[in-house]
Amino acid sequence: MVSAPDEDEPLREPRSCGHLFIVFTRLALQGFGGVLPVAQHELVERERWLTRDEFLEMLSVGQVLPGPNVVNLSLMVGDRYFGVRGAAFALAGMLVVPLIVMLGLAVLYGRFADNPTIAGALRGMGAVSAGLVLATAWKLASSLRKNPLGVPLSLGFGTATVVLVAGLRWPLAGVIAVLGPLAIALAWSRLRR
Amino acid sequence: MIATLHGADLFALFVHFLLLSLLAVGGAITTAPDMHRYLVADQHWLTNAQFTGSIALAQAAPGPNVLFVAVLGYNVAGLPGAMATMAGIMLPSTTLALWAARWGRSRKETRGVRAFTSGMAPLTFGLLLSTGWVLAVPSRDSAGGMLLVGLSTVVVARSQCSPIWLVALGAIVGAAGYA
Repeated sequence: MVSAPDEDEPLREPRSCGHLFIVFTRLALQGFGGVLPVAQHELVERERWLTRDEFLEMLSVGQVLPGPNVVNLSLMVGDRYFGVRGAAFALAGMLVVPLIVMLGLAVLYGRFADNPTIAGALRGMGAVSAGLVLATAWKLASSLRKNPLGVPLSLGFGTATVVLVAGLRWPLAGVIAVLGPLAIALAWSRLRR
Repeated sequence: MIATLHGADLFALFVHFLLLSLLAVGGAITTAPDMHRYLVADQHWLTNAQFTGSIALAQAAPGPNVLFVAVLGYNVAGLPGAMATMAGIMLPSTTLALWAARWGRSRKETRGVRAFTSGMAPLTFGLLLSTGWVLAVPSRDSAGGMLLVGLSTVVVARSQCSPIWLVALGAIVGAAGYA
């Protein structure tokens, strides 16, 4: 079942603020070790509120702003349909129920942290969460084909980011400060036409 | 063991996280070293083990990773502590994000905003790859773990299978001792 959902079906919209709350609660509760892959699956493939391009665009903006990028993404999606109220409901969906679950787990954690079965399960979930993030990158790669920078430059900037962040362990702010202006300036010059 | 903090201490906790919020470019986790300095070294509200345990728990539990901030607050001063740290870390960054998103959207087609979003997209892509790489580090010595990384990458990238099934699979394989 391999399909490119961007092209064939029209986008849908959330019906109400309550609907926003439910969708964001559902996606947050599935996000073990990071909500981003689930957000991509739920918002782009299941609910079809955003195209892959829009998702990557919102994520890029969320990334450079302070605060967790998925939380910033939820604010932008909510605000797009129902203004500040929508942003508040999407944010609440992202945080309220997971926060209750988390505090419940915090109470239990002390008792079960040393259990080898629990520790093993957490390791297995950690491995899957790594794969999920890589899959998200794979899916969003197709959006780079339409980038005004062109494929070679896009891949070049992507690779440079990986080398600096994962290889040389630069702080994120430093990587964005060095590569960001360069990539934006190149995109600016290519958009002249 | 949860300490009870007085109003002034609780307010100081709130203000400290309020200030950290605007520095948290790339997620709240990037400010964890400063939280450690404040909560463990300066104020002695948490031990080292409590601090590390709070972050590990939040990574494993569902929901955005920023919730580790609530666990830290909870371990410092119970529910009021959790509310103080969460409100502090969220208020400034959400306000700014909302304002910036609106500003950008109303100028979506201008050359400046298009140059910004298309210039940043390859970096976002690279950051996703880096995050996957870093998260895979603990699995690198285990064949089962690397198999889980590869399998979940391919299945989720090439199908519309919901990620939650693979997380469940990972938990079972790990609990059986193969990850």
